[in-house]
Amino acid sequence: MMRLPPFRYFAPKTAREAAKMLADHAADEAMAVAGGTDLYPNMKRRQFTPKVLIGLHRLEESRGIEEDDDGVTIRGMTTLTQVENDEILQAHYPAIAKAARLVSAPILRNMGTIGGNLCIDTRCNYYNQNYEWRKSINFCMKKDGEICWVAPSSPRCWAVSSSDTAPVLMVLDAECTLVGPRRVRRVPVKSLYHLDGIDFLKKERDEILTEIHVPKSNGMRATYLKLRRRDSIDFPILGVAAAIETAKDGTVEKARIVLTAVESAPVQAEKAEALLVGKKLTEEWIDEAAAVAYRPAKPLDNTDLTHAYRKKMARVFVARALRELSRG
Amino acid sequence: MKHLLNLSVNGEPVEVAVPLHHTLLEVLREDLRLTGTKHGCELGECGTCTVLVDGEPVLSCLALPIELEGTEITTVEGLTKDGRAHPLQIAFAETGAAQCGYCTPGILLAAKALLGRNPRPTRLEIQEALAGNLCRCTGYIQILQAVERAAAADPADYTKPISV
Repeated sequence: MMRLPPFRYFAPKTAREAAKMLADHAADEAMAVAGGTDLYPNMKRRQFTPKVLIGLHRLEESRGIEEDDDGVTIRGMTTLTQVENDEILQAHYPAIAKAARLVSAPILRNMGTIGGNLCIDTRCNYYNQNYEWRKSINFCMKKDGEICWVAPSSPRCWAVSSSDTAPVLMVLDAECTLVGPRRVRRVPVKSLYHLDGIDFLKKERDEILTEIHVPKSNGMRATYLKLRRRDSIDFPILGVAAAIETAKDGTVEKARIVLTAVESAPVQAEKAEALLVGKKLTEEWIDEAAAVAYRPAKPLDNTDLTHAYRKKMARVFVARALRELSRG
Repeated sequence: MKHLLNLSVNGEPVEVAVPLHHTLLEVLREDLRLTGTKHGCELGECGTCTVLVDGEPVLSCLALPIELEGTEITTVEGLTKDGRAHPLQIAFAETGAAQCGYCTPGILLAAKALLGRNPRPTRLEIQEALAGNLCRCTGYIQILQAVERAAAADPADYTKPISV
């Protein structure tokens, strides 16, 4: 049986307290755990062996979704099941509810949280293996080894950003609150990520992601499409989130396209976004934008299915997403 | 180091001294000897370790018991009532919905949670609720039929004594 490595466990009541504990126990490689659905498998495979775990499940006021004057606030410990079924989100931000519903399977979504999904570890065929498997290839640079097996001459790790909710929150221009031991800051979700499979989060190790703020939708329509082998359970091997705001006559005033699972961070297709502004979502412009949008996708041969297929599908999925949005 | 935890399992208070890093699956099987809960992938992918926490299915291989103090945990052993089988268990037996049986405890509990909130689910709703429970033998059809059969039965119908 694969067991968790031993650790000491604390369950603070406030995020500030949790952040202080993470800072105080930095030498013990302390980590925070929300739902545990990403961290515990990694700990069982010895990708992480924190001597101290800070459980967030007793944090007060850490769950729930509330509408306010600026939009909606989703607290970090809200489970993906709650996000999926929330009436406010279903009415005003259906793409967020949809992305949450497309994460894994229902039982896991009862445990996994939206804060955890934003901070989910990057994934790679050479990394998401048990200790003995990884040892047999002399490990990889993401954990215990020297080189990247998918791109051996690469100076950096190419593990894949695998959050389904991040791209949707990015196209909706969402922000998140990070509580540290000494300061609280609010950053756009899009600046939470780094193009590096190891150092993929710009969040400090002792910061807790407590809230996600989604601005008023103001007529912005969004969607999310996900590619995977088994529709009931797998991680994304390609995800496309798109959002558009149009004038009354259908002219695009604002466009957002973000690709996920094709790089070590979600990738914003800025050229395609700029291309769409001032245009109408006709078949011609949709195809044109898709042809531009899929270029920044850099899938490598380190997830399920072939990377050439995933790259081709990025173009197809962008077109499908825009076509869906063009129907209103 | 062991810690004393107070859990409630199948309606009974349980005091158990366990290392904190042991998952609920390990504590149920190894300390409480409730081996009806199966261990499969141990990584949250297969669903065979499913138990109910306050009526909702969770993966016991990824749950820490210390976080479950104050909740009600139900395992497959808790499905029977006064020695009589649950309608889902009867339906599974009569439909032939188990072959090797390894996925059955998790599926029974996921199905119980589904019928608790949606007593007359459609085929699609059953498929969605059981999407995270892998079965490598029967091919799912009899499993879906069995849940439909149980849904059609009187939920309070504990009629058949268990024959071992």
